Amino acid sequence: MEPFTTLTSKYMPLPYNDVDTDQIIPASYLKVTNKDGLAEGLFSRWRYQSDGSPDPEFALNKSDHAGARILLAGDNFGCGSSREHAPWALMGYGFRAVISTSFADIFRNNALKNGLLPVAVDAQTYRQLLSLVEEEPETAVTINLAAQTLTLPDGRAVSFPIDAFSKTCMLQGVDQLGYLLKQSDKVLAYEKAAGK
Amino acid sequence: MSQAKTLFDKIWESHVVVNEPGSPSVLYIDLHLVHEVTSPQAFSGLRQKGLRVRRPDRTVATMDHGIPTRNLVNSDQLSVNGGQWVIQDAMAAKQLKQLETNCRDFDVPLYGMDSPNRGIVHVIGPELGLTQPGKTIVCGDSHTSTHGAFGALAFGIGTSEVEHVLATQTLLQYRPKTYRVNFAGALPPGVTAKDMILALIAKIGVGGGTGHVFEYTGTAVSQLSMEGRMTLCNMSIEGGGRAGMVAPDDTTFEYIAGREFVPKGAAWEQAIAQWRALPSDEGAAYDKEVTIGVDELEPMITYGTNPGMGMGISTAVPDPAAEADLSKRASLQKALDYMNLPPGKPLLGHPVDVVFVGSCTNSRISDLRQAAALIDGRKVAASTRMLVVPGSEEVRRQAEAEGLHHIFMAAGAEWRSAGCSMCIAMNGDQLQPGQYAVSTSNRNFEGRQGAGGRTFLASPLTAVASAVHGQVTDPRVMMSQ
Repeated sequence: MEPFTTLTSKYMPLPYNDVDTDQIIPASYLKVTNKDGLAEGLFSRWRYQSDGSPDPEFALNKSDHAGARILLAGDNFGCGSSREHAPWALMGYGFRAVISTSFADIFRNNALKNGLLPVAVDAQTYRQLLSLVEEEPETAVTINLAAQTLTLPDGRAVSFPIDAFSKTCMLQGVDQLGYLLKQSDKVLAYEKAAGK
Repeated sequence: MSQAKTLFDKIWESHVVVNEPGSPSVLYIDLHLVHEVTSPQAFSGLRQKGLRVRRPDRTVATMDHGIPTRNLVNSDQLSVNGGQWVIQDAMAAKQLKQLETNCRDFDVPLYGMDSPNRGIVHVIGPELGLTQPGKTIVCGDSHTSTHGAFGALAFGIGTSEVEHVLATQTLLQYRPKTYRVNFAGALPPGVTAKDMILALIAKIGVGGGTGHVFEYTGTAVSQLSMEGRMTLCNMSIEGGGRAGMVAPDDTTFEYIAGREFVPKGAAWEQAIAQWRALPSDEGAAYDKEVTIGVDELEPMITYGTNPGMGMGISTAVPDPAAEADLSKRASLQKALDYMNLPPGKPLLGHPVDVVFVGSCTNSRISDLRQAAALIDGRKVAASTRMLVVPGSEEVRRQAEAEGLHHIFMAAGAEWRSAGCSMCIAMNGDQLQPGQYAVSTSNRNFEGRQGAGGRTFLASPLTAVASAVHGQVTDPRVMMSQ
């Protein structure tokens, strides 16, 4: 996993609530046995027209937002299935962080394990970010993971929550499996004591 | 003084292996269910790191998402086996093959293509008796919450976590909060567990349970069969919940007694004694509570593009103009645009192109019995296609032994073999763009059942009534005829 320290980038607005994992990456893309090629399926239901051509109205297809490494989305982002293909697709496309007012549990877990940072902000900050980017698509923000801050163009720094463990793993770019593997003696002892 | 504990507290606390400050708990996993779609990258991870599956004896795999349901078992004349599988989708075929290879290489038991026990992972776990009270159960599938019906702590995980459990039999987890959902009263005729859970999600919203584990309590829950409880727990995730649980009782024990992986003899008696201690203690505290009275509940149906956009079947689709919250108004408007539905009108009478009876929510034998009883002697409307897809091969055999398949086929419905089928539309069973479906599955997201398809979620009874009339129909009208 690539470490995440700070990121300054413009951001792409997706101002809908309850964006589900079937929209992030439809099930027809889940037949892969690796993590390749998912980026082209990202938001494909919204991104492509029925003839397969890009929908010019969808944010991902607007040149204004090209190169954005941060996604801004409405409440309860990532609800639905447990597919880790959702963060894989977002990262494959180039996103490193998602800002929302809240995240669905499994999506949040999956994102953190892949170096995709979920940044939860209050509703007012969300609305401010939305109106800023609607006015000026090149608006950029800075995320500082160590400080747990999101800095807006006016210099205001908003703090966001992340658990200490995931934060350390993301800052260092280490897989959480390493920690679990180190517990194997304790797991053995537990199995013995519990008769498992 | 010992503190009163909830069912969740008891299972959680008895499975914590390590609890270091500043780190999530290391939680022991008793049972890991695996399917073809969310596991290949996890097995690849093991290979890359030179790791083994730590406890193959606590791991069980099956094939359900990508598997065809139209093989040569779908009529009387043909028998199940004989290598009759034709998988036209090369990627799906490769993924299924990969699971076979992974299970062979890592000694994981697999209920594969030709196993008589194959089926939707959340149907076969309980069927085989793998699902038991007090267990921690995970699967790379959000509907793992189904198993909570037995008083287990069961939840969906991502593929990284699948790898974690394969390698260590543990998971890193923060303790979720608890949310008691009290279903008070008694269900009226024609109203089912599916309507209960749709009513809950309509009330609290699709993010209402985020960070929480539901415990379903109340007379309406204790009166449910195990299959009804599974339907209820199955859609916990649609309410945003991490898991859903029902306290084990005699109904639970009667259901699991004698199943293949359930303890027998003296061990069974011992297990029952332990399980009887699991229900929440008197006075145990929950972080959140809600009560839903079911005496007046009517069949529920969804009108929008998430499972929280549901209503009683006789009521009208809400008007976005009446929604004060601007972002909610925009979501509702977007949903109605996609569904091409006018606000302010009921769905009753709306034409239906396809009816799907199946999925891990409603594909068990009692669902099929209910559906068959209502359609017996009737016909699916000429304008409507109806698919009945049993949840497992065991369910299919049972249904055929009872002659249910004859009833469905005589009515003009398609009778299939087991799989996830049109719930997730990965196997070729799917809606065409613009079509409307009444579906007994769990998700009505845009394009979930096929690109451009539009889904009304409902119970098997509402699905059958709608199939017969070719339009959204209240099953209670037919039940009184």
